[in-house]
This record gives sequence, C-alpha cells and structure tokens, in this order.
Amino acid sequence: MEQEGFPLPSQIADVPGAENWRSMYQYFTRFAPDDDKRFWFYNSMHFPEPMPAFDTVTAEIPYSAIGANTARLFVFPTTLGIEHRIVNGRVYITANPVLDPAEIGRRAEVFGPRAGYYFENWDSLYEGWKERMRGLIAEIEAITVPELPEWEDDSVVFEARGVAQNHYLRENFARCLALYSKMWHHHTEMLMLGYGAYVVFFQFCMQAFPEISDQTVARMVAGIDVIMYRPDDELRALARLAVDLGVDDLFTEGCVAADVLDALAARGAAGQQWLDAFAKARDPWFHVSTGDGFYHHHLSWNDDLTVPFTALPGYVAAVRAGTMRVRPTDQLREERERIASGYRELLTTDDEKAAFDQMLGLCRLVFPFVEDHKFYCEHWFTTRFFQKIKEFGALLARQGVLAEAGDVFHLHHTEVDQALSDVSLAWAAGTPPLGGAHFPPIIAERKRMLKVLRDWSPPPALGPVPEALNDPAVRMLWGVTQERIESWLHPSTEEMRGVAASAGVVEGVARVLQDVNEIGEIREGEILVCPVTAPSWAPVFGKIKAAVSDIGGAMSHAAIVAREYGMPAVVGTGDATKRIRTGDRIRVDGDRGTVRVL
Amino acid sequence: VNDSPAGLCQQESFALPLAAAREAATAGGKGASLGELARAGVTVPPGFVVTAGAFTAGLAAIDPDGALRAAVESVPAADIGSIARVAAACRERVTAAPLPPAVASAIESGYAALGDGPDVAVRSSATMEDSSAASFAGLQDTYLGVAGAGPVLDHVRRCWASLYNDESVAYRRRLGMAERDLAMAVVVQRMVRPRAAGVMFTRSPVTGDRSVVAIEGTWGLGSALVAGDVTPDSFVISKITGEITSRRVSAKGRIHSFIPNGRGVSVTDTPAELRERPCLTDDEIRALAAVARAVEAHYGAPQDIEWALLDEPDAPPAEPAPEPSPAERVVLLQSRPETVWAAKTAPPVAAPKPRPADHVLALFGKPASWI
Repeated sequence: MEQEGFPLPSQIADVPGAENWRSMYQYFTRFAPDDDKRFWFYNSMHFPEPMPAFDTVTAEIPYSAIGANTARLFVFPTTLGIEHRIVNGRVYITANPVLDPAEIGRRAEVFGPRAGYYFENWDSLYEGWKERMRGLIAEIEAITVPELPEWEDDSVVFEARGVAQNHYLRENFARCLALYSKMWHHHTEMLMLGYGAYVVFFQFCMQAFPEISDQTVARMVAGIDVIMYRPDDELRALARLAVDLGVDDLFTEGCVAADVLDALAARGAAGQQWLDAFAKARDPWFHVSTGDGFYHHHLSWNDDLTVPFTALPGYVAAVRAGTMRVRPTDQLREERERIASGYRELLTTDDEKAAFDQMLGLCRLVFPFVEDHKFYCEHWFTTRFFQKIKEFGALLARQGVLAEAGDVFHLHHTEVDQALSDVSLAWAAGTPPLGGAHFPPIIAERKRMLKVLRDWSPPPALGPVPEALNDPAVRMLWGVTQERIESWLHPSTEEMRGVAASAGVVEGVARVLQDVNEIGEIREGEILVCPVTAPSWAPVFGKIKAAVSDIGGAMSHAAIVAREYGMPAVVGTGDATKRIRTGDRIRVDGDRGTVRVL
Repeated sequence: VNDSPAGLCQQESFALPLAAAREAATAGGKGASLGELARAGVTVPPGFVVTAGAFTAGLAAIDPDGALRAAVESVPAADIGSIARVAAACRERVTAAPLPPAVASAIESGYAALGDGPDVAVRSSATMEDSSAASFAGLQDTYLGVAGAGPVLDHVRRCWASLYNDESVAYRRRLGMAERDLAMAVVVQRMVRPRAAGVMFTRSPVTGDRSVVAIEGTWGLGSALVAGDVTPDSFVISKITGEITSRRVSAKGRIHSFIPNGRGVSVTDTPAELRERPCLTDDEIRALAAVARAVEAHYGAPQDIEWALLDEPDAPPAEPAPEPSPAERVVLLQSRPETVWAAKTAPPVAAPKPRPADHVLALFGKPASWI
C-alpha cells in the first residue's frame, strides 16, 4: 500500500522545458525546506493559470493586505495572515493560525472592540468606503505616463518647476502600484468581517438544518439589487433603446463592434442618441472584467467590445419579440423572504429564532459590501490599473526596450522599475536604453515557459494532510473541506466533483469556452463549460441550460446567476474544461455537485 | 375507501371499515392511523379492520378457562427453552382453531365488500402502546397477495399467532405483562400493484433535520425494501425550497410483485434497463414530499410513512382522464410518529447575544475556527 497523502513541496520536480521558471518570480515566493511541514493548497480559484511575472502582483499585494488586516489591523484572535508560494508558475497558499490559547485571548481583547466598531457603524463606514474607492479610481485614471519629449516644455522652465519628465517615469509607475496596494487594503478592510458574518449564519444553518444546501443559505442572504447585474442590465437597456430608435437592424448575429459603431455614426440623430447612451453606459459599467481581475489578459468590455456586441443581437431580438427577460426583483425578494421564514418556522425555541434573526440580519447588513466590492475593486479599479501598466509598456516599446506593449506583463514590477530607470538614464544621456538588448530574450523565454507550464497539472494540495479541516471560512472562500481533500486524494475517473451551486439535473451537449471572447460560439440549449465566470458572462445565461466552471464557490458569479435563471450549475470542479470537450454529452447534477461525461 | 356495507355495521365490534377505525385500542395503531389518514383525505387502499374485540372473542373460544395464558405467564423470563415450547403451543392452537362464527362472518362480509375475491394484504396492527414491543412482531405479521375468504381467515389467525412468536413472548415476560390484556387488530386491505414503493420520513433519519423529507424507494412492492432484498434509491428533498438536495440511485437487483389470485409475492430479477434507473421522477418525488408534509402537518409531528406509487389512480375517474398526475397516484400504507429523533433532546443551536456582531466575535475567538 502506498502511503496516502500529497507530495511535499520539495518533491515537486521542475516541469521539463521550463526548468528556469524561478527566474520569473521573486525569491520570497519560493518554497523553503521548512514549508514541507505544512499543508498547502493550490489556489486555483484565483490563479487557475501559470502566472506571468507581472501578474504575481495580484498575489503579492492582496496577501500583503489580507494578512495585515487580519493579523495586525483587526487582530483576529485565531489567525495571522495567508502565505503564498509559487512553484512551476502556480500559486499555493496556507493560512497561519494562532494556536496558543493565551495568545488567542490576548488578541481577542483587541479584536472585540475593533471589529465591533465596524459592525456597529457598517452602513456609514461602507458609504465612506465607496467614497475612498471612487477617489482611488479617480487617482489611477488621472495618472499620466510621461511622453519623454526631445526638450521639456517651456512651462517647466518659466514656471520654475525644475523637474524633467524622466523623473515621473518611476514616480508615476510607483504611484500605480501604491494605489493598487491601497485598493487592496480597502478591499480587505471590510471583507473579512463581512465573510465572518456569513460564516456565522452558515454554521448556524448547518447545525440546525444539517441537510441544507450551501446555495439555500446563500439565497437567504443574497442581495437583490446587486451592482454586479448592472453591466448586463445596461446592455439590455441599450438593446431596447436600439429598437426604440429604429437602429436595431444594425445588431445582427455576428456583427462587429467597430462596424456597428461606424454605421450608427452615419445614422443621424437616432444613431447619435444611441452612441451617447452607449458612451454613458461604458463608464463605469463596461469596466467589468471578463475574469476576476487577477490576470492582465482578463480584459474588460471596454478593452474588447466583443462580449457586449455578441450579446446585443440576442437582446435586440428578444426586445422585438417581446420576450426580453427582466430580473423579477419583486419575485426574488418574496422568494428570499419565504425561504428564510420557512426555515425560521422550523426552529424549535424562541431563543433559536432570535439568534437566527440576529445572524441573518447581520448578514444582510454586510452583504451589500460583500457583493458589490468586487465591481469597485477587481473590476473597475483593476481594469484601470492594468490599462495604465500597459501604457507604461507602450512607452517601453517606443523606447525600444520591449517588442510590444503587452510584453510589460512578462516582467516583475521590480523589473519594470529597472527598465524605467534604464529609459530615464538613456533619455537624460541622449543614448538608446540598454534594455533593448537585455529584456527581449528574457521575455521570449518566459512566454515559452508559460506555454509549457500551462500543460502541467498542479497537485491540488501539498504537504501533510491536516487532521481536521472543517473550517467554514476556508470552505466558503476556497471550497476546501475534508471531503474535498478526500476527493483530491482519491479522484474519481468518471465523475468530476465540484460545488453544487444551483439545483437540478440536466443532460446536454457541452460547449467548452476557454475565454469569454468565445461566447459567440455558444448555441441555444448547450451546457456552458468554462474556467470561471464573471459578471460580463451574464448575457450567455439566457441561452444555456446549465453551467459548469473550473473555479468558484456557492457565492461565485456563475452560481448566483444560475440560481436566478433556475438552471443547474456545478462550480469549482477544478478541471472540467480539461476533461470535457465541446460536443461531449454530459450530465450536470446541480444537486450533488457532479458532472459526468456520458 | 369503500362505504361500509350494511352487513358490517351490525357486527362492527369485530370488523370496521377503515374510515371508521379510530381508536388504537380497537383498531390497533396501524388501523387507527390508516383510518385517520383516510378521514384526512389521504388515499389509502380500501380495506377494513378486524378489531381487537375479534381477537379477544377468538382467544376466548380457544382458551375459555385461561389455562393457556396462565401457562405463558408462569414461564420465567430467562427460561428460553420453556418460552419456545409454550410459544409454539400457543401458535399452533391459534392457527388451527376455527374462528367463532360471528367473527368469521364479520371478516367474510368485510372482505366481500372489497370486491369479487380481490387480492388483499393482511397486516397485524398492534394495540400495545409500546411500539418496540410491536416491533418484535417483525416481518411475519404482514401477508401480501392473499385471496379468497378462507385464506383471509387463515391469515388473520396467523397474524394473531405472531403475538406468540418467541421474541414477543420473551419480551412480555421480561416486562411481566399480563397475557389477558393482550390483543391485536388486523388490517385487511386491497392489494396495490405499485410501480414503486418505499418509506419516507418527514425529517432526515440520518441527521434529524426537520427541513427535509427523506424518501427511500424501489421498484414494485415495498416489501423488497423492508425485507432488505434491495438497496433502495434514496432522495432528500427540501420542504422549504422543493430542491432535491440528494439523490442516490442504487442498483436495485430484485423486484417484489404479487401474483394475482392469492398466490403471494414473487421475487424476480430486475430487468437490466430498470436496475440503475431511479424509481421516481422528480415530479413523483415532489408529489410524495407534498403528501408527507400534509400528513406531518395533520399530526403535528414528524412521521415515518410507508408509500406506494401506482401506475393509475387508485380510484379510477368516472370519465377517461388525461395522464394522471403523480399526486393522484400516491397511496399511503402507514404513517406513524417518528420515534428515534423525537426521543433525543438536542441542545439549542444558538442563543441570542446582546449585539448581533457578538456572534461573529465569538466565531473568530474560537481556536481552530480558521486554519
């Protein structure tokens, strides 16, 4: 008998052909010998692909912020921060517990008043939070990338500014990172407490109603007017406007965004009116990312109009046919109340009912933040952030350091800073930068390695199996439970397991989409199989009959939208997009959380 | 349920139409419960109850001076050999002796009212309060696929005799129960020919969760499940959301079905195409859950229910109707209070705290609440 368990970090061999992967990442992300003693799991939820060098900033900065929040800011009694390591391009994480009872007690004394203050003032703090976040977004939007002119502008002299443009290369780049870091500090500012409220209610429900599904608990809590739905709502409104203005003939299946926009411009007042409405909707709603904001290539609708223009023809047709679905918010609200009071009635004592009311009330208090922060942080801000970094990439390309703007994402931010120093020196000296000979071969090698690393199947976990892992927070955030670890140890060959996200069982033909830009390919009645869904995918939910994703939990976007549409969904399968091929007949069991190829 | 025929009324101390069965002391637990279900509008197979009074009359005829019962009472609880001997003697007497004419004719007319020599199930219905005592009667106390007045009389006697199986007698001796108080009713019901049958609980038998209905079922008669001949399909459905939160479909190797004309029950291999097919559709699961909830609401306590799902409504409509709905095809064979979880006292899950946020503070203050 082989010993049961996961490989140790030190036992992971370099992927052949990508032995040099370490050169892409910082020394502090590497496994150290002592790390063999701890349990790590692959954070496939946030990092389903090998990390381009720049994109490691989406681990480095969030984990700096989360850990600071739990360990140092609120002083959570039982937890310090989350540590991350990168091996063969993949991000593994572990949480750092506080185990000494005396230390837990000491921390609890600080934690109580601090956390209590946030809960007691939640709504007004959240209003302030939104203000600060809008401020950060305005700041990042305002950052300029220096042009490096032949000579400085007159004003620098006659207004005695005295500072040349090359100075702003590094200052403004550093400013982008600083703002990104602040955004993440605010992201976690209220989130851990918000999740805490959910976990408490979740635990209560699980104890009182052991058979209750994750999705049912989520339904009692979920908000109705969530801004996550807004981008899709805007699109529907634009479809309606197109019909009202009589320009709907331009929105045909397979239409190309640029052509439609040109044609609208030639349609006089009606066309202009639509274009004005379109421009208004784009900022901010089209900053919605096609991913979760953890990779530079998860573009927003604004970066690539393919997604909205794939959805528009269908919406236009629905408006014409009078079948346009409007989110039945009243009905959803009623349903939410009916479920909550149904469970409440089953509680046997008044004490339990009172506790239930407190916990549910707290959840509903914090949930607008929990649900809406993503749009501000991972979508709106992050879209702007990556756009700005790409502008720096364009500058480096113009200076001959990079072959193209996008190559900037294959440099770690400290390397981008080096390249900017190089450019700054060269511009000052009046010579070409030396990076043109230095970076291109490195970048070419990294691109090649990332391709190789993509085919590696990372073990779901590393290190010794923990004795107990029924932690509700880890379960909620990452779907890591004892059963999940068990299924990692004994994977089923025929069946994929995930989170039962939306009830029902259907069979149908799979459509595997690696990228949201492929959504034009999906046909009516197919089952969507995709890595992860974000709000920008919402338009396809009107067409499909079930959804399967590699990544996500009961509160993930795919799960929430699928429940609203009443279609079965299994999320967080890990590798459904690898194991299922387009055209396969599959059975999606949204009750049990399984997917099977028939 | 058939109306009570005139003949039955005059002898109602010995036989009662199901709808008139009320008291457990008269009709036994099963009979009274079926009566109550029928009166509550739940479909149960038509039938009648041979009352506890009939048993008492029958035993008075067999054991007029009480010597037989005195013999049972004199056996020491620990003397297994003597218990076996005395119990066997009682069973032989009860099975062999003819019934008093008034009892026999009450049963015969009750049976005649069910139709032209139909196949029936003859099921014992204990009058004892203590349900664990009743459970000693075991599986032998239900006879399926009995037809003809003579065989029905025989099987009523066999049900009575099951009170004298070794375990039941030993149990009564251990508790020092008086034999003269002993009685049993017998339920006689028209056989159903279910597509699928099984049991359901209005709370989870595994976790005690009251928010779900747990259903177990198999193809054909539920006896396959009760006898442990198959691993049933099992389904869990939420009472609140109607979602089917768990479904386990088993390979159901055998089917029990009754052979018409009193030839009992056949056990056959399940056709290959049915073995791993769920025995219930989602609509049928929902229909069963709805009936279960109605019964639970009627009794005001969680129930343990035997159900059958027919191909057609038990009472065919007067006019040809479209495809019958699942709800019209559900019949119940028994409902009794759930006892396992009812006996447990669970501590309250949580109590309110001074401030709602205190719940969260408590969670994060607990060691190991976060890895």
